[in-house]
Parts: sequence; structure tokens; C-alpha cells
Amino acid sequence: MRVLLRNPRREVELAGGRPVRTVLAELGLAREAHLVIRNGTLVVDDAVLDDGDVVEVRPVISGGT
Amino acid sequence: MVASVSKCRVCKQPAVIDLPRHNAKFCAEHLLELCRRQVTKAIEQFAMFRSEERILVAVSGGKDSLAVWDLLIELGYQADGLYVGLGIGEYSDVSGQYAQAFAERRGLHLHRVDLRDQYGYDIPTAARATRRVPCSACGTSKRHLFDRAALDGGYPVLVTGHNLDDEAAVLFGNTLRWDVPYLARQLPVLGARPGFPRKAKPLCRLTERETAAWCIVRGIDYQVEECPMAAGNRHLAYKAALNGVEEDSPGTKAAFYLNFVERMAPLLAGQRAESAELGECQRCGAPTTGEVCAFCRVRERSAAHAPVPVELLLGSKRRAG
Ligand code: SF4
Ligand SMILES: [Zn+2]
Ligand SMILES: [Zn+2]
Repeated sequence: MRVLLRNPRREVELAGGRPVRTVLAELGLAREAHLVIRNGTLVVDDAVLDDGDVVEVRPVISGGT
Repeated sequence: MVASVSKCRVCKQPAVIDLPRHNAKFCAEHLLELCRRQVTKAIEQFAMFRSEERILVAVSGGKDSLAVWDLLIELGYQADGLYVGLGIGEYSDVSGQYAQAFAERRGLHLHRVDLRDQYGYDIPTAARATRRVPCSACGTSKRHLFDRAALDGGYPVLVTGHNLDDEAAVLFGNTLRWDVPYLARQLPVLGARPGFPRKAKPLCRLTERETAAWCIVRGIDYQVEECPMAAGNRHLAYKAALNGVEEDSPGTKAAFYLNFVERMAPLLAGQRAESAELGECQRCGAPTTGEVCAFCRVRERSAAHAPVPVELLLGSKRRAG
């Protein structure tokens, strides 16, 4: 499946058929700092991402003060 | 493949988000409900403002400022926005477009101030001219312009999009240094003083993950990319440290900040030196302890400096406040 990452914006190809939690862990990304959007909709941790899905992993941490 | 579907705690429909600190998952509608409830609670608990008061929202085009503006309007408040063009290259151009597009779609009023057009400088140039980290000149500029716009526009209260993670990170930093004067002033609402509007942070009970989710569910497009000058700053390191603890022990950030406000801030009330004698800035009239206020000093030094493009600054020094 195609996974869009941000900051900087880039795309990676990852194996589907696995839950969101596992994919975040593989990418080394903290759950508390990210949201996952599948085909335009937010998904929970245990949702299984499929090979055909378009996935965005969106960081939610802002740096300014 | 049929995956087991997680259900919303409230209505048992499929959930879109899991919130470990509430030990629950929520559908889109009940996530929004939770956000509204937390914001209403913050406004009431801390007596931030009343429904008849006009509110000015500091709008950056990022998730928090658009979420707080959207929430206030939804909850029935009268809120206008102010966007300050900081001149941070493409980042600022795009941020301004998100702010404008949001205001137009909702039929809301957005004031705009542009540092370069109206004050003769931008943040990258200010960082170079003052030889300080960009966030320092940026914070000084924004605070001054937002305060001034609120006072000039007859808004008794200025609202910012600071969320629970922001407040917890600042509290963490102030605590690591035992910076008592800063700790004493770290409140969700600060009363008006001569020359300053009241300031309120209605998102202080919501995490960044929750404010971002609000925007996604509500279909609000916002600037996701980070300010290029934030890279590597201490604030981000504090947030990462707190999130590390949060993952093992959900609810820690909320307890750290909200219990501080409830239990510790009252003990520090005596330390809130309600202003050393403040005079008026000789240039702009803003309150200041010196003859010329911090904003005018930044402006004078920066406007006299040749413009510095943001790329040049990033190339030479990857450090920020
Ligand atoms: S990260 Fe720093 S320089 Fe960038 S907008 Fe925020 S305060 Fe300003
Ligand atoms: Zn529900
Ligand atoms: Zn001044």
C-alpha cells in the first residue's frame, strides 16, 4: 500500500494486511504524536490496512510556542 | 478480509479514534462531542469569557488555531480572526492561504497584518539582525501585534490555540528550571492589564492529537508542514519526552498540567508580581519597563537590516528557540 508521510512530505510503499499499530511501530512513530487516515477517513489503532488502501500518517505535533 | 471493528464507547458505531487517556474509542460524532465538552468545560472552569464578549482569535493556519476558531463559532461565540504574515518563505504563504480559505468558507472575518509590508521586516531577517533564535523575535512580534489588534479592535479577549501538549511542554521546561516567575504566570486565562487584553487558551484540556482529529473530521484543511524554523527546538524535545511517558501511562500529560493549574498555581499566586512599574514605549505607546518596548527594538534593528531569505538562515544554522 502507498503511505504518505509528512514533514517532509514523502511516500513509501509498505506491506498491507496489518493493523495501524504495527505499521506505526515499523515506521518508528509514536502513537501519541500521529493520526492515521485511510482513504480520507480517520482510523483506529487496530484497524487493518489493506494493500489497496491509500494511507496518510499525519504527525500532530507543532513546534512553535 | 473482515477485520474486527472497534466500536465507539458511546454509540457502538465503528470508531475512528482511540484515546488511551480516556481508555476509550470514539466515532466521529462522539469525538466532536468530546472536544466540544472539553472546550466548554475549560471556558467555564477558568471563566475565560462570556457569550456576549467579542473574541479575537490568533490564527496561524495550523490545526490548533483553526480548530479553536471553529469550536468557538460552533459553541455560539462571536469570534474574528487575526493572521500575522511572518514572512517565513513558502511556509508563511501557504499558512496564510489556509487561514484565508477557512474564513471565506465559513463567512468569518479575518484581519490581516503583514510584518514586511507594514513594519518593514520579516522573521528570518529579525533572527539574523537580533542574533537570537527565530522563535524569540517571532514570539515578541506576534504577542505585540495580537495585543495591539485586540485593544484597537475593541476585543476584550484574545484567544490562542495553545493545546494541552503545548502547555504541558512549557510547564515541563519551566519546572526543569524551577522558573518561578514563569510558573506563576502559566495559567489558562490571564486577566487584562493596562495595555494588554485578557488572554485565554480554550484548548488547554485537549491534546494535539485531539485538535488535529477535530480538523480532520470537520474537513478543515490546515497547514500540516512545520515551520522550518522550529526544527530541533527545545519545545519539541519536551513534547517528545512527555509523549514517551504518556505512551506508558496514558493521562500523565493531562494530570501534569491540569493538576498544576488546580493545585500548584494557587500556591504561586503571591509570586505573580502584578507588573513592576510599566511605562509607555516612546515609539508605539505599548506598556514596557524600558523606554522602548521589545517589539520596537526588534523592529528597528530588523528593518535596518538587508532582507534575509529563510533558506539562507536555515543553511547557516539549524537551531531554533
Ligand atoms: S516555530 Fe518559531 S519562528 Fe516558526 S512560527 Fe512558530 S514561533 Fe515563529
Ligand atoms: Zn459514537
Ligand atoms: Zn514600542
